[in-house]
Amino acid sequence: MKRILHILAANPLTLCGAVLVLLVVMAALLADVIAPYPEHAGAVVDFVNFNKPPSSTYLFGTDLVGRDLFSRILYAYRISLLLGVVVLAVAVPVGVALGLMAGYLSGWCEYLIMRVTDVFLSIPPLVLAMSIMGVLEPTLINGMLAVTAMWWPWYTRLVYNIVRGEKVEGYVLAAEVIGASRTHTMFREILPNCLPAIVTKMTLDFGFVILIVSSLSFLGLGVQPPTPDLGSMVADGAKYLPDSWWLSVFPGLAILVAVFGFNLIGDGLRDILGADT
Amino acid sequence: MSLLDIQDLRLSFNLWSGPVNVLHGISLRIGKGERVALVGESGSGKSVTARIVLGLLQEMRGAQISGRIGFDGTDLASLAPRDRRDLRGREMSMIFQDPTSSLNPVFRIGRQFHEVLRRGQPSIDAAAAREIAKKVLAEVSIEQPDRVLDNYAFQLSGGMNQRVMIAMALANRPKLLLADEPGTALDVTVQAQTLRLMHQLVSDHGTAVLFISHNLGVVREFADRTYVIYRGRIVESGPTAMVFENPAHAYTRALMAAQPRLTGGGLPEIADRDGAFSDPAFHHGVQA
Repeated sequence: MKRILHILAANPLTLCGAVLVLLVVMAALLADVIAPYPEHAGAVVDFVNFNKPPSSTYLFGTDLVGRDLFSRILYAYRISLLLGVVVLAVAVPVGVALGLMAGYLSGWCEYLIMRVTDVFLSIPPLVLAMSIMGVLEPTLINGMLAVTAMWWPWYTRLVYNIVRGEKVEGYVLAAEVIGASRTHTMFREILPNCLPAIVTKMTLDFGFVILIVSSLSFLGLGVQPPTPDLGSMVADGAKYLPDSWWLSVFPGLAILVAVFGFNLIGDGLRDILGADT
Repeated sequence: MSLLDIQDLRLSFNLWSGPVNVLHGISLRIGKGERVALVGESGSGKSVTARIVLGLLQEMRGAQISGRIGFDGTDLASLAPRDRRDLRGREMSMIFQDPTSSLNPVFRIGRQFHEVLRRGQPSIDAAAAREIAKKVLAEVSIEQPDRVLDNYAFQLSGGMNQRVMIAMALANRPKLLLADEPGTALDVTVQAQTLRLMHQLVSDHGTAVLFISHNLGVVREFADRTYVIYRGRIVESGPTAMVFENPAHAYTRALMAAQPRLTGGGLPEIADRDGAFSDPAFHHGVQA
């Protein structure tokens, strides 16, 4: 803990990122406590106070049906972070395991895994996610599925490349020589040496997942109303720019803060852990 | 009876361009507790011989291996890959050129010792492993085994790592130790020191050693018998003293002449290839 604080103090940008991420996470976790109008996260209509500019009652103003934007942003963070956690929790283990196998076992296994990975990588990520969402019903679960499907190949390729470098290292040969099994060599010897790069990429990716998910819902393919989502909030407000600027500027800033925060942390981690991604 | 008995070992790799012959019929024997050196220039087939003995190349596609390798009475070729793997780390182990890269950089030495000892005794717990580790580290003259066990490989010097590797390789009391140019990555004094330690340990434990090297000075001090290998063939073999004092084969003589001398005078002119290098093998005295 002391060491972490020391590192943060020496890297002001990382510290800045950590503060931003902490703010975002707190906002999401404590949404019920902080939000002045928790009920506005759902389908509430208040036509008396619709489209109000920011004021002391409505910190970020209200949307077109009179819901408090600040409250909705807090709840939208919840969805974004949940998506980020789930997507990475599924995509990273899958991608890492495949990358380890492809890199270490070589032979037909390597060709199969890496060629499939190449196919996925050759399609622009957003397009792939859009086409999956276009076919499926746009729900939260399908959104996770679509983003996960485009996310694992990046980890496969990252880990594959590291493993190719590590497997000629002496310690891998030494493990084989004392009779370690392939599983042991892959997961207990090589994997720990890939962790710095994986952790760094995960932190960077957390921001990108939020961005992609927001892009999808900006296009109407993500989380559906009335569930609050940063991307759809920006999209709804975009039609009323520049007069009702608060409708899209605040959700947009919210995306910026989250993505920026995770990126700063990721960059800091890359320096601290000495990983190259 | 000999511990390791290799007869007419041939190895070729099938490449797209056709087969490449690497070993053309190697025969060598190591008795129990005997120290045998295999010397030769780079690319002569020293290291692949060791890998075949360990059973690592057999699992590689494209490697064609023929010949008999008897280890402690059993034919290695008759063993399933799984049984061959069981021999590694228990009955035979290996020491490499570069000790520092042979240790996993992300784990403490103590934990790696535990893994090694688990090969011998699968149920051993961390505390018991640590006790044994301390004992074997003391055997290789490491004075603060506790500190070393809590360190990572990069925190130790090359010489320390080498000693740790020797201790690990001998921890499960293997019958055969394959030393592939041990300590070539270290400086000469450290190398001499660790080799002396290794020499003493293998004599104490009665471990047989296949010592692979191109360093003739080291071989002369370390090995009971010496095999000289050239381009995949054994060209000369016999007790170390006889091979060194009375080299009979043209290649061995060239190899001896290529040794740098303390008295200076530069390196002699020796032809890279010479028809005489392909002469039939010469064996000194009786084969052990």
